[in-house]
Amino acid sequence: MSSPDANGGSADRALAFFQDRFSLDDASLATALDTALERQVDYADLYFEYTTTDSVSLEEGIVKSGDRHLEQGVGVRAVRGERQGYAHSDDISVESARLAAGTARAIADETKDHAPVAIKTANTAHDLYPVGTAPTDVPVARKVDWLNEIDAYARARDPKVSQVMASIVCQHKHMLVAGSDGTRVADVLPLVRVNVQVLAADGTRREVGYQGAGGRFELEEMRNPAKWKGLVDEAVRIALLNLEAEACPAGAMDVVLGPGWPGILLHEAIGHGLEGDFNRKKTSAFSDKMGQRVAAEGVTVVDDGTITGRRGSINVDDEGTPSKRNVLIDNGILVGYMHDRLNAELMGVEPTGNGRRESYAHVPLPRMTNTFMLAGEDDPEEILKSVENGLYAVSFGGGQVDITSGKFVFSASEAYRIENGQIGRPVKGATLIGNGPDVLKRVTRIGHDLALDEGVGTCGKDGQGVPVGVGLPTIRVNDLTVGGTEG
Amino acid sequence: MSATQAEMEAVVQRALDAAARAGASQADVLLVEGDDREVRVRGSEIEFVKQAQERGLGIRALVDGKEGRQTSIVSTSDLAPDAIERMAAEAVALAKATAADPTAGLPDGGFAEEIPDLALFDAQDRNVALEARIEDAKRAEAAARDFDPRIDNSEGSQASSGYARVVYGNSLGFVGSYESASHGLFSEPLAREGDSMQRDYWMTSGRRLSDLEDAASVGRKAADRAIRRLGGKSIKTCEAPVIFDGLTAPSLIGQIASCVSGYSIYRESSFLGDKLGEKIAASEVTIIDDGRLPGGLGSKPFDGEGQPTRRNTIVENGELKTWLLDTYSGRKLGLDSTGSAARGTGSAPRVGTTNLWLEPGEKTLDEMIAELDRGLIVTELIGMGFNPTTGDYSRGAAGLWVENGEILHPVEEITIAGNLGDMLQSIDRIGSELAWRGRTASPPIRIASMTIAGA
Repeated sequence: MSSPDANGGSADRALAFFQDRFSLDDASLATALDTALERQVDYADLYFEYTTTDSVSLEEGIVKSGDRHLEQGVGVRAVRGERQGYAHSDDISVESARLAAGTARAIADETKDHAPVAIKTANTAHDLYPVGTAPTDVPVARKVDWLNEIDAYARARDPKVSQVMASIVCQHKHMLVAGSDGTRVADVLPLVRVNVQVLAADGTRREVGYQGAGGRFELEEMRNPAKWKGLVDEAVRIALLNLEAEACPAGAMDVVLGPGWPGILLHEAIGHGLEGDFNRKKTSAFSDKMGQRVAAEGVTVVDDGTITGRRGSINVDDEGTPSKRNVLIDNGILVGYMHDRLNAELMGVEPTGNGRRESYAHVPLPRMTNTFMLAGEDDPEEILKSVENGLYAVSFGGGQVDITSGKFVFSASEAYRIENGQIGRPVKGATLIGNGPDVLKRVTRIGHDLALDEGVGTCGKDGQGVPVGVGLPTIRVNDLTVGGTEG
Repeated sequence: MSATQAEMEAVVQRALDAAARAGASQADVLLVEGDDREVRVRGSEIEFVKQAQERGLGIRALVDGKEGRQTSIVSTSDLAPDAIERMAAEAVALAKATAADPTAGLPDGGFAEEIPDLALFDAQDRNVALEARIEDAKRAEAAARDFDPRIDNSEGSQASSGYARVVYGNSLGFVGSYESASHGLFSEPLAREGDSMQRDYWMTSGRRLSDLEDAASVGRKAADRAIRRLGGKSIKTCEAPVIFDGLTAPSLIGQIASCVSGYSIYRESSFLGDKLGEKIAASEVTIIDDGRLPGGLGSKPFDGEGQPTRRNTIVENGELKTWLLDTYSGRKLGLDSTGSAARGTGSAPRVGTTNLWLEPGEKTLDEMIAELDRGLIVTELIGMGFNPTTGDYSRGAAGLWVENGEILHPVEEITIAGNLGDMLQSIDRIGSELAWRGRTASPPIRIASMTIAGA
């Protein structure tokens, strides 16, 4: 691999890694792709991956175990029309790639003459997460010491804290993707995450509080005491708050969502519904709504894979397309879907840099990166005051959507009643349910306080998990169904 | 390319020897080799074909510390002798960085002495060509699409076949292995009428291809479920009886099992933590986990620590009889393992279920509907609104509204909420139909009253 990539950085390091360690050079990539192209296929690609993950976890005051996992292999895909053949091997070599190519191309019967693939360096456009020290190279002993600090700090916060569980999870991933059009792109992706969970007990009542944070940056960034102590403070605060929380009301009411993580609303309610595969197949509640109003005026939603250091950010997607900032909803009007190569090709549009996969063992799908609503002009306090009686939801656990009916849910981990425009008593176990194509039309206020989440989101689709981010300013949504137990 | 059992056992032994040389006082090794195929047909097109062989090796190394053992887990797919040697050394070094835990360690004994044949695969199925599975998917897809003119689209029909060989060995001399297979067929059609578009699914799975439900029947049932959701609407917020059908009830049973896992008990994070020996559910409720059901999708001859699997009655006539335990959580609670260790190559043993089910009752689902004055049948649940520490339960649901014993209309955009502890006590009907579609099964269940939040 002679010519360095335009941006240098992580792309060069990844190329050098695969060449030095596995002797993968341009000629060998071309050979494997040629095998796939011996049949009548439109496109083929190779995806090489070498990922190290380590995690250290603490409970009952001691670091009980250290884990280290190596995931390596190559996935080969052949595409013809809507058809995809996929094969993978856990051995990184040209021979394995050729064998897999022979299997993947079986979706096409006819043989075809083709010009030999000429590998060329593609511009990766970004270098969003340069790190000096890979997080997996930080000595385990340092992580152990840090977890012990977290444990001591959490227990000192409040005598009601009865259990502390904490973990530091680090990942370092090398990937290289080569397509039959000759495109060859590589990247090195760091990912860190620190998790703190505490159990608070008061008499017979027990409640859990959780807070985590992370992203694609050096682990050292999380060592800032303001950062990690902030996580612990939050976990303890939420656990203690839940000890006081009352049963949640049930029924339709006006809801104010706080900034940051409540952006999961966007992810579930509209994000999945705007993924290209569902719209190409017309199985989404958003199919054929392009150019139509799907949200209130003032609502602009983007999916942006290009934010430095974010958990959902990627220099290139897992098909080699540079990530982009894609506007999905512009001032209430649906203007864009998120695409991988296959669905973009079939719908006659350009890929948007959203073709992602969990690992070499998985086929790429259109997936989100960092999805958020742009800030509005309202004062968050004024938004709360505008609601006479309702629910103020500040933090959430998971969510899920039925793409076809458009119905989505997400579950609050911190929420309060709003009584006469004031934040009232905390409530527990609030699940919100709504209809994706319709919920954003009922957004009546948008705050000026856009915040992105802390960097802990993982999105699941077709059994594949990928790291994502969300964000939201404070917003008011009218008439959302809240699933509590109190009538 | 597939290794023989003897070759795999040799790799496990090599890893155990390497761990000992590197300084581990105890070690265990899990080696899994799999061969998976998956096909999806959408409309008349074969949309996706995937074939893969995978393998994974996991080493758990235990090193004697001052007051207990230090533990690490290392995993890889690189089985070359020098890679295994390196990995074992890395595992020992990693373990030495952790704290000594007086509870950590291999089981003291009691390893499986025989490996019973649990009918986990049918050798004949190995010869079934990929084309035959494509044909299954095509038949399911065609049956779904032909079921009704309102079925005009789909997410496709998917067939899968996987074969695996598991070898587990430890430094106390136990080595065991078994082969298994699992086959599945899944169909997910879309129905459309006016502005309403709905999807639903039906599936079948089993250890042998001959266990699977007929492909056309899978497609028809999926289509019927999608059609009956058309025109769904929300309802007014109310309290009413709720029937979980055979597809949604197993999730409740799984949640109960997660709350009797030894880990959640010693961590004091289960709402059932102080209820052993108490009546936690209606008298008709008996819940069993049995790792040795012949042909069961959760069956295995030994667990993730080499302990024999067995039948554990978790709840008997409403009374909570046992926790589910592996060695570690058992020691924490002063109890023996229940043979419930689940283990992947990249993870330490944890408690898991095998074949888990609720014992069936007397009435068919149709009879349960016929005697319902007013209430909800839940046919789909979404979201994860369950808190095991408190038992608080609130999930998104879709289903059917019943009045005077008749299904009136489909329901959607609602939540159902309650507390699992109260819900268990107020189970007042258990259906007679028990069908296995995975590792957890349940007949339909009726809860006397839950809060339904809607419009």
